[in-house]
Amino acid sequence: MEFVFTDEQQMIRDTAEAFLQDVSTSEAVRAAMATDAGFDPALWERICTELCFQAITIPEEFGGMGLGYVELAAVLEQMGRFLLCSPFFSTVALGANALMVAGNDAQKAQYLTQIAEGSLTATLAYTGASAAKAGGQWGPEVVDATYTKAADGYVLDGAWRYVVDGHTAGLLLMAARQPGTCGQEGIALFAVPADTNGLSREWTPTMDQTRHLAAITAKQVTLPADALMCENAGKQLSRIIDLAKVAVAAEQMGGSQEILDRTVAYMQERVQFGRAIASFQALKHKTADMMLKCEVSRSAVYYAACVAQEFLSADGDAALAAELPEAAAMAKGYCSDTYFFNAGSAIQLYGGVGFTWEYDVHLYFKRAKSSELFLGNGAQQREQVAQMLLDGGE
Amino acid sequence: MKLTFSKEDEQFREEIAAWLKANLVGEFEQLKFRGGPGDEHMFPEERKQWEQKLAEGGWTCVGWPKEYGGRGASIEQQVIFFEEYARAGAPGRVGHIGEGLAGPTLIAFGTEAQKQKYLPGIVSGKELWCQGYSEPSAGSDLANVKTKARLDEKTGKWSINGQKVWTSLAHESDWCFVVARTDPDSVAHKGLGFFLVSMHQPGVTVRPIEQLTGTSEFNEVFFDDAVAEDIVGEPGDGWKVAMGLLGFERGVSTLGQQMLFQNELDEIVRIAKANGAAKDPVLRQRIAEAHTGLRLMRYNAMRMLSDTSGGALQKAALVYKLHWASWHRNLGALAMDVLGPEAEMLESAPYNLTRLQSMYLFTRSDTIYGGTNQIQRNIIAERGLGMPKEPKGR
Repeated sequence: MEFVFTDEQQMIRDTAEAFLQDVSTSEAVRAAMATDAGFDPALWERICTELCFQAITIPEEFGGMGLGYVELAAVLEQMGRFLLCSPFFSTVALGANALMVAGNDAQKAQYLTQIAEGSLTATLAYTGASAAKAGGQWGPEVVDATYTKAADGYVLDGAWRYVVDGHTAGLLLMAARQPGTCGQEGIALFAVPADTNGLSREWTPTMDQTRHLAAITAKQVTLPADALMCENAGKQLSRIIDLAKVAVAAEQMGGSQEILDRTVAYMQERVQFGRAIASFQALKHKTADMMLKCEVSRSAVYYAACVAQEFLSADGDAALAAELPEAAAMAKGYCSDTYFFNAGSAIQLYGGVGFTWEYDVHLYFKRAKSSELFLGNGAQQREQVAQMLLDGGE
Repeated sequence: MKLTFSKEDEQFREEIAAWLKANLVGEFEQLKFRGGPGDEHMFPEERKQWEQKLAEGGWTCVGWPKEYGGRGASIEQQVIFFEEYARAGAPGRVGHIGEGLAGPTLIAFGTEAQKQKYLPGIVSGKELWCQGYSEPSAGSDLANVKTKARLDEKTGKWSINGQKVWTSLAHESDWCFVVARTDPDSVAHKGLGFFLVSMHQPGVTVRPIEQLTGTSEFNEVFFDDAVAEDIVGEPGDGWKVAMGLLGFERGVSTLGQQMLFQNELDEIVRIAKANGAAKDPVLRQRIAEAHTGLRLMRYNAMRMLSDTSGGALQKAALVYKLHWASWHRNLGALAMDVLGPEAEMLESAPYNLTRLQSMYLFTRSDTIYGGTNQIQRNIIAERGLGMPKEPKGR
């Protein structure tokens, strides 16, 4: 039991911090977020070639570093902290995870290798319009698109929404269901090159501009047989979503910490009534609550990352690996609430300037809400915990 | 970063679990799950016997160095000990103030002679300690101590005059460590001494405080020319010694406390499932939140204990009290809300509370003793975030 970064993990974290502090500045974020693509391709190339963060969790046999989810979380934390605009999250936390959990050997060999070498971006497309029902639903039940077997492959039909970087990704990991099925039943996952005939992809501009979403439509798209990753994939899809939740939580925790640090720094400078506003107890207590939430979020993320690590490794501890759905829900729920609380409090503590476009507070505030909603907010995560705890199910 | 325990540690777990199973029987059976917070007044004599039983097995002071009679157990093994202890339902430790506070303070600040004199009584479970800090005018303002210590030139001993309050277990204790003013002209944290005072002398009077529970865990202690057996450190060092001791309060035993919390939460979950509260959407949210909070508290503690570098340890440790106290107070209210109108029903007249009622009422003190939530927020903001200190009125 060593619940602290190893020297190597600390080094990866420090490298990410130093690099991102330098390249993901306010100016860089604002420039990237205003583009259609939503990221700077030159910066993405530097990440892939100089730092190779995209290869962290990819096994060595596919050209990756073969490191763990804790290392990935350490990097994601810094990316969230500096609001990095990049296809990293979609490619690694959605794409590579989906391939590792549900891909066959040939798909892994082809696509994971390309991701590791930095020549391919990817994302996961599973949410249909159903995801917007009842305040947001994010389990396998929101797969709306359908697939049918054809003579020498499959035919894909339907629509996906809220697909992270769906308009730019080179590879789409797509979920569809057999017509007439519902819930976790009848779901299959496909690995689909984005230039496949009959797919249309459209950027859907969003309030949080630091992460771009897309809508994808497939009109009777024919897929070759080898596009299939696996059928009856409801369970695998759930685990892919769990892994993604842990990744979002890591980003959220980084953002929560950064907005707290910036707020405190501002409060030390801002003078009213002849004193720094940091000296007012009502405001100090608010920041103390922000710090408490940050610290608990940090524990949640590291715990969930350790569990994800056990889940993904072949010789992982089975009991810990089985905690993944619960750990992911707890981390995502707690970190979602923390980020929104901290970013919302930041606007209040900054006062008027926190309400301006010029200061970066709104970027964090908007990212806090978008990442809270994505994959389910705090209440939805707690409901999942309640189901596991009280209903005896998952 | 790893959450799994080594083989040796798992063997240690089996050893303590087996010992508890074999020894928590017969006359001690009735002590199971008793003597925790809010229940500390129950079975004092039997629990003193239990201390000595533990000592016979070598299970007191497990984290102390071997040279002072401890086991020299690693942090991991201490974690395991406290977890297994609470899991077995072993009773609240009447010796915990000696083992957790007085002993470590003596080991850190005492002379060799003092260590030889006092530590064996703690290790054997035969001598119990209480803590003399708070006074009627020194609550949150802990340094505002009025109790006086005067050196008798003839005997070379210090005599103590004044009043302490909120002293747990004073009526069961053999010794009290008392912070008193050695320099009558000093104020605040200067000019204090740290004294070891026998409770068995004419100059010491203990008066129980009847709490809102109708029971009396806390006491007032009056010192009228009481003779101090020893002073730890020099006159004037009292604050330094006392503050060093507060660090010990956040030690490994917090994990044992968490297991007690887990027992309480388990009972609430059991009731919620039985009476249908588990189907109420609002209560489900609160139960899941409580479950999440406790799990994350564990990993917060693990992080606090694993990190010996000082930096992150500080931060995770700073928020610890505010986190558990607020969480536990919410749990108390949740217990009552899950029970519904049954929550009001006493065990019996005139005022015998059920276990959960007692827990519920007692949790209102959690956010006060050991530094109120508001004092904690001051400390977090000032030490954790570097914000200006509160102005003082003297």
